[in-house]
Amino acid sequence: MLNVSAKQTQKLAMAGIWGGGVITLLLLIVIIGYVLLQGLPGINWEFLTTNPKGGLSGEGGILSTVVSTLYLIGITLVLLVPIGIGSAVYLSEYAPNNRLTRIIRYGIETLAGIPSIIFGLFGYALFVTVLSFNFSILSGALTLVCLLLPTMITTTEEALKAVSYSYREAALALGTTKWQMISRIVLPSAIPGIVTAVILCIGRAIGETACLYVTMGGSAAMPSSLLEGGRTLSLHVFYLAMETNAMDKAMATAAVLIIIIILINALTNLLAGRFQKRLKGIS
Amino acid sequence: MTEYNLNGQTCRGDKIKAKNLNFYYGSFQALRDINLDIPGCAITAIIGPSGCGKSSFLRLLNRMNDLIYGSRIEGTIELDGKNIFDKEVDVVDLRKNVGMVFQKPNPFPISIFDNIAFGPKQHGKKSKIELEEIVENSLKKAALWDEVKDKLGQSALALSGGQQQRLCIARVLSVEPQVILMDEPCSALDPMATLKIEDLMRTLAKNYTIIIVTHNMQQAARVSDTTAFFMMEPDRAGSLVEYGLTSEIFTNPKDKRTEDYITGRFG
Repeated sequence: MLNVSAKQTQKLAMAGIWGGGVITLLLLIVIIGYVLLQGLPGINWEFLTTNPKGGLSGEGGILSTVVSTLYLIGITLVLLVPIGIGSAVYLSEYAPNNRLTRIIRYGIETLAGIPSIIFGLFGYALFVTVLSFNFSILSGALTLVCLLLPTMITTTEEALKAVSYSYREAALALGTTKWQMISRIVLPSAIPGIVTAVILCIGRAIGETACLYVTMGGSAAMPSSLLEGGRTLSLHVFYLAMETNAMDKAMATAAVLIIIIILINALTNLLAGRFQKRLKGIS
Repeated sequence: MTEYNLNGQTCRGDKIKAKNLNFYYGSFQALRDINLDIPGCAITAIIGPSGCGKSSFLRLLNRMNDLIYGSRIEGTIELDGKNIFDKEVDVVDLRKNVGMVFQKPNPFPISIFDNIAFGPKQHGKKSKIELEEIVENSLKKAALWDEVKDKLGQSALALSGGQQQRLCIARVLSVEPQVILMDEPCSALDPMATLKIEDLMRTLAKNYTIIIVTHNMQQAARVSDTTAFFMMEPDRAGSLVEYGLTSEIFTNPKDKRTEDYITGRFG
């Protein structure tokens, strides 16, 4: 009797697990499929290579928003990744288990739960006003760095902690310094996890609208320097959908956004593979 | 200094010398009043029941216990007459000199070649020719060369458990230590692989001082020249009960507790 019921429970559990997986996959396919079906017809060379007209017309293309987005993501990552990895290495490998460390961890966890618009207000107060970077890509990037650091640090720290303690022991027992052990064994082994952290952060950065609205402004013009404002693709979708009737253009922009995300993820994985090989001295 | 002839070589009788050694994890005393002279170019086995502090003792010899928060040491351990806990001793140099093989084979998740070249590279050897030479010599000394010479670029994780453990020994040899510590190196291996490691240890004993912690008394009897028997006292602190030539410990133990342990009455 018990056997039969245990088997039935297993069948039920399997059905649940499979069901969950299938629903997730379906959702993904439906959303991406819908956006691409609606958006792809609107994409053409002219759409990609002209700037939006701005205002309420919804006319024009998306060139400046693509450039602003890539610009913003690039600068955010250049600042975010080294600081994030450095902090994670400190917390995972160096920080003593004491009160200060617990306070730092608590702070990071709290920051991770704060709504992005709060970071936007902070960015507006500090970067836009006090430091006079004005509404600019730099202000937006710095705000994103603040917003994403908690995610970057905690995900990277998890990746570092997952590296077997026996590798650390083996390296130290060979007479390496702690830093050699970390830089040559622990970090390379943790790269897949660190890449996950970067991809998560890119995804969130691309999706942000509110906190960028108050730090980058929303100028549809082509930015010519870091200190000029700009409009990201997500912000542009928001403008098009809410303030114009150009729903077809909003969908086309969303399709471009999805394609860019897929490309960035693929590129990050590729680079990480190369980097891992080089660090491990395989090249 | 006592000198003696063993394995056809003149060796120091006190290559490693523990004096009045006490070791604590926080308030728990793990080792009490250990006095032990370990001879050079010989194999010394440390045996005893679980929890008697034999691994803790072994990990003091290359200061791996430094990594444990709240651990504390009293007394001295001298390597060639020099206290390894002295302030001016560089722990990185010490570990280069006193290598360690762990219970579970732990090759890095990289190629066989890179596993062996890792240590020398970190110690500043860059030339490819030199590294290739070190890798080949180390693998030959560890009796692994013939099995892996055609697949040096493959991941070390693809090797069998016994091969992985010999790779770890080769990795230790690559940085040219004088002393090799082995913490139950065969406990995760099958009998054939164990036999290979034991043969290898006998060969290595000609040039290295080897200290092995083992649960396996037959292994201690087979491979070692001297044997130390550790046991825990009523408060669970480990102490040295008896120490001497392996042949004597196993045939004519002086202490009743040693006799009970090696005849299998407990442990």
